Amino acid sequence: MTDERALTDAERDEAEYFARRATDSGVARPASGVVEHHESPTLFDVQEMELNFGPQHPSTHGVLRLVLKVDGEKIIEAKPDVGYLHRGTEKLFETETYPMGIPHTDRMDYVAAATNNHAFCLTVEKLLGVEIPRRAQLVRVILDELQRLSSHLVWLGTSGIDLGAVTPFWYAFREREQILDFFEEYCGARLTLNCMRIGGLPFDLTPGWVERLAEFIDDLPARIDDYEQLLTDNRIWKKRTIGIGVISAEECVEWGLTGPVLRASGLEWDLRRAQPYECYDELDFAIPTRSNGDTYDRYIVRVQEMRQSVRIVKQCLARLEPGEIRGKVPRVIKPVAEETYASIESPKGELGFYCVSNGTNRPYRMHCRPPSFINLQALPRLARGHLISDLVALIGTIDIVLGEVDR
Amino acid sequence: MKVLTPTVLTYVKVVLLVATVPAIVGFVIVLAERRLMGFMQARLGPNRVGPKGTLQGLADLVKLVTKEDVTPAGAEKAVHFLSPVLSVIPALTALALIPFGPPLQLTRKVSTPLYVTDVNVGLLFLLALTSVGVYGIILGGWSSNNKYSLLGGLRSAAQLVSYEVPMGLALVAVLLMTRSLSLVEIVERQQRIHLWFVFPGLLAFFLYFVAGVAETNRNPFDLPEAESELVSGFNTEYSGVKFAFFFLGEYTAMIIISCVAVTVFFGGWLRPFPNVKALAFLGIVPPFVWFLLKAGFFLFVYIWFRSTFPRYRFDQLMGLGWKWMIPLALANIVVVAAAILATPGRTNGLFALSWIYGGLFAAMALLARLRRALTRRERLATVPQGAGESA
Repeated sequence: MTDERALTDAERDEAEYFARRATDSGVARPASGVVEHHESPTLFDVQEMELNFGPQHPSTHGVLRLVLKVDGEKIIEAKPDVGYLHRGTEKLFETETYPMGIPHTDRMDYVAAATNNHAFCLTVEKLLGVEIPRRAQLVRVILDELQRLSSHLVWLGTSGIDLGAVTPFWYAFREREQILDFFEEYCGARLTLNCMRIGGLPFDLTPGWVERLAEFIDDLPARIDDYEQLLTDNRIWKKRTIGIGVISAEECVEWGLTGPVLRASGLEWDLRRAQPYECYDELDFAIPTRSNGDTYDRYIVRVQEMRQSVRIVKQCLARLEPGEIRGKVPRVIKPVAEETYASIESPKGELGFYCVSNGTNRPYRMHCRPPSFINLQALPRLARGHLISDLVALIGTIDIVLGEVDR
Repeated sequence: MKVLTPTVLTYVKVVLLVATVPAIVGFVIVLAERRLMGFMQARLGPNRVGPKGTLQGLADLVKLVTKEDVTPAGAEKAVHFLSPVLSVIPALTALALIPFGPPLQLTRKVSTPLYVTDVNVGLLFLLALTSVGVYGIILGGWSSNNKYSLLGGLRSAAQLVSYEVPMGLALVAVLLMTRSLSLVEIVERQQRIHLWFVFPGLLAFFLYFVAGVAETNRNPFDLPEAESELVSGFNTEYSGVKFAFFFLGEYTAMIIISCVAVTVFFGGWLRPFPNVKALAFLGIVPPFVWFLLKAGFFLFVYIWFRSTFPRYRFDQLMGLGWKWMIPLALANIVVVAAAILATPGRTNGLFALSWIYGGLFAAMALLARLRRALTRRERLATVPQGAGESA
């Protein structure tokens, strides 16, 4: 993966592990981790099996491929093999004008298009130095939080299915459909929203949208209670998630993990609070954290975040006033030759764009910091020593979207 | 009426069973399962084929029969072919032992009991047959030449050894009360002593049913299949009719488990409170229908489980079996034996035991409810809620 040094560490661990095993079982095993096949393995010898997990597998949330080395069902090593969905999005940005890049971002984290749009626009706006009108800021925050809700609902449903709980999926998707209805009414699309423009928004809200949304949002906490009823205190759910994939806050920081994964390990780091953008600094919301850093805590954190998103949307709806929806942006967007980085708190973590402008109407380089990709790094570390059943839980708990991992 | 000799009647009954049970599985249970799960999951379920989706079973059958039957390269061909058969035959055989009702008067002279045969070691034979069915899954997983299927088969083997034992032990406790292995005799004794065995055998019943769910590989113990982990596990490489056989085997096994639960614990074909005169009007419903209603309830519980619970991990499942269910089943045997020995020749001990177990379970349910409420409050208290709702 990206972090060369850390991977070497992991490999060294692995070599030590094999060396230890070799001395324990009396079987000579090369320290490099390459397995020698013996004529007749003894009964208690480790018998490794290589298992291809994905890219066609119901629980890899897309086209993630994991090459597993398993001893029975115990995972000795899990190597993610990514790139099956690579479309060269970053290169595409360079070939098209700035506004033309926005629809490409829809297709990165395709369950959270609004936040992708937002991060992209924010970066370009930072280059241009445009001021966003207040109404546009509030609507952007509403769209972001709705997107966070819908993204978390997808996560809740799918990670429930991964662990065999089928019913929460249908409940979660029932609510997600309603959120998508709101998106559709606003911008005509349900998934690839393309709902923001550099400097503001493409459209104003449709009549009645705010009232209907307020009604829906008021209803939502009770629905979240429903999901919790099925899972939070469920004995089997707890057995399957508590103590699975524990990672400390220090390690999270070392690996660069962000978002709910980091907060479940106890670090209160949320870009909405740490580097407020739009109007988050005047909104009142809590940042849920937990201390154990296991799958259960990540679950709790995300569910609590959904409740906080409800609060944020409510506050924004109360503050909405008629006004401009786009700032003063030139017709042709040609930022000065400069480099900049701007990031937002996407549902999955820190989503940022690093833009190098050379003064033309196209970016010289547009790099994305995708939270899914960077959080995925931790999977081999999390999965080691767990069972195949846990691996499924772990893929769910880091909440990856392959469109964003591969771009 | 020379035609209706017992032998002929037995053949008729066998044919009826073998013909109707797969049809019931395909048309009633699968449809009921999908519609009920649809209802529980805020969706509709199949409602396109035939009126209200009633012909869905037929559509599924046509699909399964016309599908290409694939045997993967490198599979152990003979075993791969035999495993589905091995999973369905014992299940269908076991049906022969289930007493669906008391003798039915066919003509003025001829009456016939509503079961194929009453074996004096009936319960033991049933247990044997249901365990043989699992071999179909183990061998099917092994012979497919697929790593996921192999893991599914191995899980099934692990599950088998963990659940056969508590199931057998749970039934031993009931056998102390029934004093017979014959399923018909078990039902008749429940009428004689004015007590369904579920009351003194409350614990035994729970152990039996949990083990039964595990034995039939249904949620939350559907590990050998585990769609999201092993991609359907043992049956990944099966298609067409062979898959249909596995399917039929699984559902017939569910029917068997439910029927045995009804027979052993819930008075078989007896109406509720068979000795209370005030409830005699319940006798209008034929015994056969009572049996089906009770068995249907347990099948419903299976479906209910499926849409409620997440899946256990296989080591946790084995832990549950070995560390909890076996010790509990053993303790239960001692308790039941003590109750019977304390009142030799009478049934007072069993009645006392019913009250004790009933009280214990009620208390446990209350405590669990209380704890649930408390942990919920605690959880809500630890989460930062921030200041007011809106600023």
